[in-house]
Amino acid sequence: MNTIQEMFQSWGMVERAVAFILLAPLAGGLIAGIDRRVSARFQGRYGPPVLQPFYDVFKLMQKQRILVNKFQNFNILLFLLFTVFSGALFFMGVDLLLTIFSLALAGTFFVLAGFCVGSPFSHLGAEREIIQQVAYEPMVILLAVGMYQVTGSFKVAEIAQFQAPLILYLPGVFAGFLYILTIKFRKSPFDLSMSHHAHQEIVRGMTTEFSGPALAVIEIAHWYENVMLLGMVYLFFGFNPWLGLGVALLTYLFEIFIDMNYARFKWQLTFGSSWLFTAVAGVSNIIVLGLMR
Amino acid sequence: MAWFKRSPWILHYNATSCNGCDIEVIVSLTPLYDVERFGIINTGNPKHADILAVTGSVNEKSRQVLINLYEQMPEPKVIMAVGLCAVSGCVFQDCYNVMGGVDKVLPVDVYVPGCAARPESIIDGMLKACEILEEKYANRNKREKGEEHE
Repeated sequence: MNTIQEMFQSWGMVERAVAFILLAPLAGGLIAGIDRRVSARFQGRYGPPVLQPFYDVFKLMQKQRILVNKFQNFNILLFLLFTVFSGALFFMGVDLLLTIFSLALAGTFFVLAGFCVGSPFSHLGAEREIIQQVAYEPMVILLAVGMYQVTGSFKVAEIAQFQAPLILYLPGVFAGFLYILTIKFRKSPFDLSMSHHAHQEIVRGMTTEFSGPALAVIEIAHWYENVMLLGMVYLFFGFNPWLGLGVALLTYLFEIFIDMNYARFKWQLTFGSSWLFTAVAGVSNIIVLGLMR
Repeated sequence: MAWFKRSPWILHYNATSCNGCDIEVIVSLTPLYDVERFGIINTGNPKHADILAVTGSVNEKSRQVLINLYEQMPEPKVIMAVGLCAVSGCVFQDCYNVMGGVDKVLPVDVYVPGCAARPESIIDGMLKACEILEEKYANRNKREKGEEHE
């Protein structure tokens, strides 16, 4: 692990970005496959093969391309582009704030893609997506603020190499981030706009008008996003790479566990509870940190 | 290589079924039969679906809905008639309001018999439908290549 880390640190920015662009979909797809398998076992089912998400994406690529209007593809491709861009920035070790803002921009394009078609289901999905974004965005920004307060830098590379355990300074921020990660991973109880389950319901609304390759692009962007978010979890444990990797994987397992055990919340509760949790865990953590200095 | 065999997504529509076959279609998703082990997902959206599973015979009310669903599905697509009513109209075929089996309206590819169709035979039909999907994809490619040569 240490040799891997040293190799990674010896790379230039371009090499790191290329490594992320090539490896992240593989890792993300594999994680999604394990997710589906583990979820199935939780429900007492056998579950699909671990490589199932890749099969799905390959199949979607081979389906006929149906476009409702030309802006649809434009928006969805920009969604992918900015997700990859923000992930690449993160793994290049550049500014954490820029990463977060370009991720928000990617989300905005996704919402626009939902709004640019005529289907009322799609509009409803897009509206729910906006609510989700408003719910999680404050906590993501607090994450950057908290890390800056401790390490004195917004640079991901410096935060990752910070020798003291960040988790001891930012337990509240970590708890808050864990809470909104459920929204970002699109897991129950917060899977309002694009659920992995319940394909027949309104919660699949966001993808109503996307078929074939466009749907595959959404899935691939989701993989990139997941890998980057697990990277953010890693930052809290950057002092020990093995621990960081372990906790990142445990976090995902924890999210699957939550996903399997909770019924879906209404959007009011989703929004209210995430802001409340952000205020209680995140903001109070940052105030305490400020008072300690 | 075509990947339809690995991940066929199903859209289920109840034309005029008595719900017997519908329950059996849903049962095949439950832990006992678990069709997701073949990568099969029950979608609610024709734009995501590869296989249209129809239960029940067709009447004037459900005819247009069926055609709409079929036309919204992207190519390649397969139609599966589940249960005797969807296959031929069964005991209802002489009714004044029933048009007959699904093949009176749409080109059916797979017929799954039974009243109600057993989950085992539905799964069998789904896997048969996958092979036809692959075939249709291969034919479409051939056709497109042929057009390029001309």
